[in-house]
Amino acid sequence: MSDATVFSSPFAHTGNSVTYVMLQVCFALVPCTLFGLYLFGWPALFLFLVTCSAAVFTELLCLYWLKQPWYRVLDGSALLTGWLIAITLPPWAPWWIGAVGAFFGVAVGKQLYGGIGQNIFNPAMLARTALLITFPVQLTSWVAPAPLGSELAPSFLQSLSITFASAPAPDALTGATALGHLKTALTLEQSASDVLANDFIWWEALLGVSAGSMGETSEVLVLLGALFLMWRRIIRWEIPVSMLATLAIFSLIFEVADSDNYAGVLFHLTSGGVLLGAFFIATDPITSPISRLAKLIFGAGCGLLVFVIRNWGGFPEAVAFSVLFMNSLTPLIDRYCRPRVYGRLPGGKPLPPLPSVDLAREVKRR
Amino acid sequence: MLRGLLKLPQVRGGVHPVGHKDRSAALHILDLPLPERLYLPLRQHAGADAIPVVKVGDKVLKGQMVAVAPSEISAPVHASSSGRVVEIAEIMAPHPSGLKSTAIVIETDGEDRWIDTGVSGDPYDEEPLTLANRVANAGIVGMGGAIFPAAVKLKQGTRHEIKTVLVNGSECEPFLTCDDRLMREKAEEIVEGARLIRHILRAYKAVIAIEDNKPEAIAAMRAAAEPYGMVEVEAVPSMYPMGSAKQLIQEITGREVPAGARSTSVGVLVHNVGTVYAIQQALTYGRPLVSRIVTVAGGAINRPRNVNALVGTPVQHLIDACGGLNGDPAKLVLGGPMMGMPLPSTQVPTIKGATGVLALAKHEVPRSEASPCIRCASCVEACPMGLLPLEMAARSRADDFEGADDYGLRDCILCGSCAYVCPSHIPLVQYFQYAKGEQDAKRTAAKKMDYTVELSLAKQARIEAEKAAKAAEKAAKKAAKKKPVTATKPAETEAIKSPSEEESV
Ligand code: SF4
Ligand code: SF4
Repeated sequence: MSDATVFSSPFAHTGNSVTYVMLQVCFALVPCTLFGLYLFGWPALFLFLVTCSAAVFTELLCLYWLKQPWYRVLDGSALLTGWLIAITLPPWAPWWIGAVGAFFGVAVGKQLYGGIGQNIFNPAMLARTALLITFPVQLTSWVAPAPLGSELAPSFLQSLSITFASAPAPDALTGATALGHLKTALTLEQSASDVLANDFIWWEALLGVSAGSMGETSEVLVLLGALFLMWRRIIRWEIPVSMLATLAIFSLIFEVADSDNYAGVLFHLTSGGVLLGAFFIATDPITSPISRLAKLIFGAGCGLLVFVIRNWGGFPEAVAFSVLFMNSLTPLIDRYCRPRVYGRLPGGKPLPPLPSVDLAREVKRR
Repeated sequence: MLRGLLKLPQVRGGVHPVGHKDRSAALHILDLPLPERLYLPLRQHAGADAIPVVKVGDKVLKGQMVAVAPSEISAPVHASSSGRVVEIAEIMAPHPSGLKSTAIVIETDGEDRWIDTGVSGDPYDEEPLTLANRVANAGIVGMGGAIFPAAVKLKQGTRHEIKTVLVNGSECEPFLTCDDRLMREKAEEIVEGARLIRHILRAYKAVIAIEDNKPEAIAAMRAAAEPYGMVEVEAVPSMYPMGSAKQLIQEITGREVPAGARSTSVGVLVHNVGTVYAIQQALTYGRPLVSRIVTVAGGAINRPRNVNALVGTPVQHLIDACGGLNGDPAKLVLGGPMMGMPLPSTQVPTIKGATGVLALAKHEVPRSEASPCIRCASCVEACPMGLLPLEMAARSRADDFEGADDYGLRDCILCGSCAYVCPSHIPLVQYFQYAKGEQDAKRTAAKKMDYTVELSLAKQARIEAEKAAKAAEKAAKKAAKKKPVTATKPAETEAIKSPSEEESV
């Protein structure tokens, strides 16, 4: 018969699960990942596979060490971490970059903090930042797209040696990302508007046919995935919207004030994986705040930091740093921004009782 | 304003569980055959246990009071059919702990003979207080599952300015259709009950709120309310927990009940439709609460439907009347799936607050192993009270009850919306129940402690006062010749002390 004392109400559930949440995020990443794989060919695919399987393998290893049930790996979080790392790496990076990154992200970024739900920083961004600091050369060697089947695309065997034997990419393909290029140009005393007028074609950036990491390039496909997630109510609009809006507003102000030194709104919004960061990385539930207001603040902070780091910081790539920085502020923001409780004022005091005059007055709502 | 225009609910959060209502809502309420034995637990209401006033061997009639309420906040129990008291003993009663409670066991004689109710005349001629007392004597409690004595609410209401009597027919719990069916079949009685309550409270109007997924009930109630100007029927959006008093008040009046206050403070008094029906029966016919409509449903029930069950009927009897079980149920629940409690067995009796008996099949019961919280904030979005369930749970788990309170535990209505959506399957409500229970225990202990301290202080004060009185007396004797001394002081201290003592009792 029924085990009455085992658990209490409710005896109903949506049927949602952590695995389902994580897999839906992965699913949302499929379009831009496929496009990236097509653009960058076999080496990208090898790197992607190595990184994802390294992440899952690391998770299994950690669970074994920590004597946790092995099936926790099925929650899909390790796969997602690996996936996110893979699509933010230069697509032709050697295999060990992906493997080390995945190991770092899962073992140090997540399990060391106590496993899923306990980590303060986004594991994927932590791994990417660690890689950037440790292996700056490999992490900044970008290649121009060489779609599968095109002339410049390396053959299967060539690709194997690119990924697994660190064979150098053909010279014709090496290049900088739009952001990197701008940064260099600015240090050479060229004006931003000139540089961009020559090199930056915004619709190309939007469609994604440019140098960059695998998932960063096609903003349209990233948006497609993001819409899916919002429709499934897995991410909410607050963080991405406030992040992008803040970035847009600041870049607009500075562009109007001084277009020689500052790039415009479209450039900022379409470069360097801002969209991927805004929709897939800053919205990571574990490391972002809870309430609506807190989310808005968090997003605005990310957007502002991206702008600051891009323009005045040392690295052209700013999304990872800003998200990590705001991650560290998450507990603080959470503490001071709580939702208003029913029957209480925003500060937590009970609502004042109604005077009898008010009591008699009709409140019309329809 | 905007929400009103868009017809969005005023209530925040909430969830939309699958209804599972069609099958039981389609059939008429079924009158059950008399069971051989009735088991009447002495605790079927919030407050103190009732005290038996019959002995083993006594003959009782249907509607005869067999246990009286020892205090204001309690309710009497009546024999739900005629027969003989065969036992007053501990039985397994509906309680999550499976603890036993005392019950009066009646062997029915098959005649089902009513006691002379002795009620005649128009209730509208009576004083409100007389009517409220009649409701108290009828043993009526909140039939929506709250089991708070209805008369206490009425009496509290008479002391405030009540604008709206809110009749709660929203029935937002999945599976349950007892209120739906009752409104369809007894619409006139319910409207009459609402008018009587309005009369008792001298309220301006009565609003009957029904979720918009019950069009038949809305139509029936509208038709019944038509002749009376002050009774309105309002359709409210279907969502869970629309039937919670606080949420329903917010939906209907646009006002929130201040934290820690009663709904009377916003000029509203809420009663469930079942309660209103019972009140009407008591005031018009003098019939105490001896039966109720119970929904018998769930995947493991062959023919889900609503039954009219005598209070005290074993649950098994109800299930049998609905075609029995099709296999072993994964869970037996008393009430709805969202807020009901697990039943230890099918031998427990039906109680006044039993809205439903659910035998859930395996696929209807959520899996029970939880995984760590991923801070997805689904629970925050779902909470109709605007709380942070994940923080409350984390603190309750660590026995940090003050911390849990700070994050909203004291405002939690245990509606279960948060646990319903949690992707990690964390038993959030279980943590909250645990924390609330612990805190209640602590508070009771602290009160006891205070009371003891107060008593000893009072005692000390009395001793000192006596001493002082003696001393004063001596002094008075000495100074008797000069002038009268104020020897009344000790008496005064006593007088000041005693009321505060009474209050803390
Ligand atoms: S719904 Fe569950 S997993 Fe999500 S934040 Fe709440 S408690 Fe955590
Ligand atoms: S059970 Fe409490 S915390 Fe959970 S949704 Fe209901 S009111 Fe909110």
